[in-house]
Amino acid sequence: MRISRRARDIRPSGIRRFFDLLTKVTDIISFGVGEPDFTTPWCIREAGIKALEKGYTMYTSNKGLPELREEISRYLEDKYGISYDPENEILITVGVSEAFDLAIRALVDEEDEVLIQDPSYVSYRPCTILSGGKPVPIPLKEERDFSITAEDIEKKISSKTKVLILNYPHNPTGSTIYKEELLKIAELAERRDLIVISDEIYSRLIYEGEHISFPSLPGMKGRTVLLGGFSKAYAMTGWRIGFAAGPEEIIQAMLRIHQYTMLCAPIISQISALEALRNGEEEVSEMVEEYDRRRKLITQGLREIGLKCVEPKGAFYIFPSIKETGLSSEEFSERLLLEEKVLVVPGNAFGENGEGYVRICYALPREKIEEALPRIERFLKKL
Amino acid sequence: MEDILRLVEKEGRDIERIASKLGKRREEVKEIIERAEREGVILGYRGIVDWEKLGKSEVIAIVEVKVEPKRDVGFDFIAERIARLPESIFVYLISGTNDIFLLIKGRSIDEISSFVSKRIAGMEGVKGTETHFVLKKYKEDGIFFEEKAEKRIPLSF
Repeated sequence: MRISRRARDIRPSGIRRFFDLLTKVTDIISFGVGEPDFTTPWCIREAGIKALEKGYTMYTSNKGLPELREEISRYLEDKYGISYDPENEILITVGVSEAFDLAIRALVDEEDEVLIQDPSYVSYRPCTILSGGKPVPIPLKEERDFSITAEDIEKKISSKTKVLILNYPHNPTGSTIYKEELLKIAELAERRDLIVISDEIYSRLIYEGEHISFPSLPGMKGRTVLLGGFSKAYAMTGWRIGFAAGPEEIIQAMLRIHQYTMLCAPIISQISALEALRNGEEEVSEMVEEYDRRRKLITQGLREIGLKCVEPKGAFYIFPSIKETGLSSEEFSERLLLEEKVLVVPGNAFGENGEGYVRICYALPREKIEEALPRIERFLKKL
Repeated sequence: MEDILRLVEKEGRDIERIASKLGKRREEVKEIIERAEREGVILGYRGIVDWEKLGKSEVIAIVEVKVEPKRDVGFDFIAERIARLPESIFVYLISGTNDIFLLIKGRSIDEISSFVSKRIAGMEGVKGTETHFVLKKYKEDGIFFEEKAEKRIPLSF
């Protein structure tokens, strides 16, 4: 069998061995997920059920339901003061994952360089490679709270640099980027002519200060593809629904790829997402408050048992350092899983610079977090 | 105080959660709850157990009681006597055809039948009873009886 060069070029996940281990251990407390533990709020589920009852089982327009695009446009205007034309500047996608893939495919040619935070969400690198582009990592530093700076970015810019990917609030570290630095990054993007793909899927999960959307910065709407979705804020991961908003030229290019590959996002998910935007606000606030309580609990808990960690500002991840244990991220995670049945994700799964850290997702009931902390402590004491 | 008590009704004695929901200090919430407990405004806390999950059967019956109003033997007198029986969980005076509504739990249908016929129906002033056995529980005190299986995969990015 001859597999394509591009498919071969995507490196298999570095933590394959760890995956294999998973199937052998049962009854674990898992901090390894990347999704809310809440079920989608009932009003949203009900909208999906009603849509099925009424027989909404067909394709929609490639761009997505007009009402949903209009509602997203309104939402972005109200929340961040950015105006997008629902007709030509918004595209409904199968989650941010598809939107990201489309954006990269619409923008990146062979040899183009793409700047990626390292550590980062696992898809950015392989999607870039599949488009023939070259991923260029920008190391995130613990001493700067894992927050990317314009200076870090500028160091990695070459004549081939085309795209900068930003993700904030950030998976896997829970960091965000504050206004002062965002303005510097915007200035840099302008000066060095970068196109920015801003993955803001965690924008609603922010616990200190306000989220500032990248295209709302001066001059940035014209060079940014904003990616957003419903998975994290509305606990809708399984519905696979998201969107991209950006300059007409880019969105139309993304639409061309989307119409030949995905056709459209599932209609039931689109109708439910509409309900989420219209009536889901109260439940989102409640979930965010609960994540915040868990965030405080886990940050304090990990520090008390001796793991150094930067306090996360958003998303539902914390990225403690395990360097003082002398173990690698994988050794630490494997042994913690086998010896105490607690699952954390080795930091190196998110890039070279994640080595020495583990990702803990605290989207778990507080009782579970409280149960896991003494187990981690016992494990640390044994080392 | 009222906002705190409303949340106590919903969440139980979760001071942390109540404080952060209302944007109040933990100490303040704790103080108010403790005072309400002392003053008997909060009467108690209960857990809701799904015995079926442990394979233990539990029989619940709703019993409506018709009372013969007589001089000296009012509704209160009978309702209070019923309420003192440890088997009764809820006892209400109600409007409509029957007068007293009670909910009782027991280990078997026989146990409940004999309780109703001997302890309730035989009471002076009780004219008749109507017993409804519960076939299935859907919700109790605002909590659903449904599968809470972990639906998430253990690892995702």
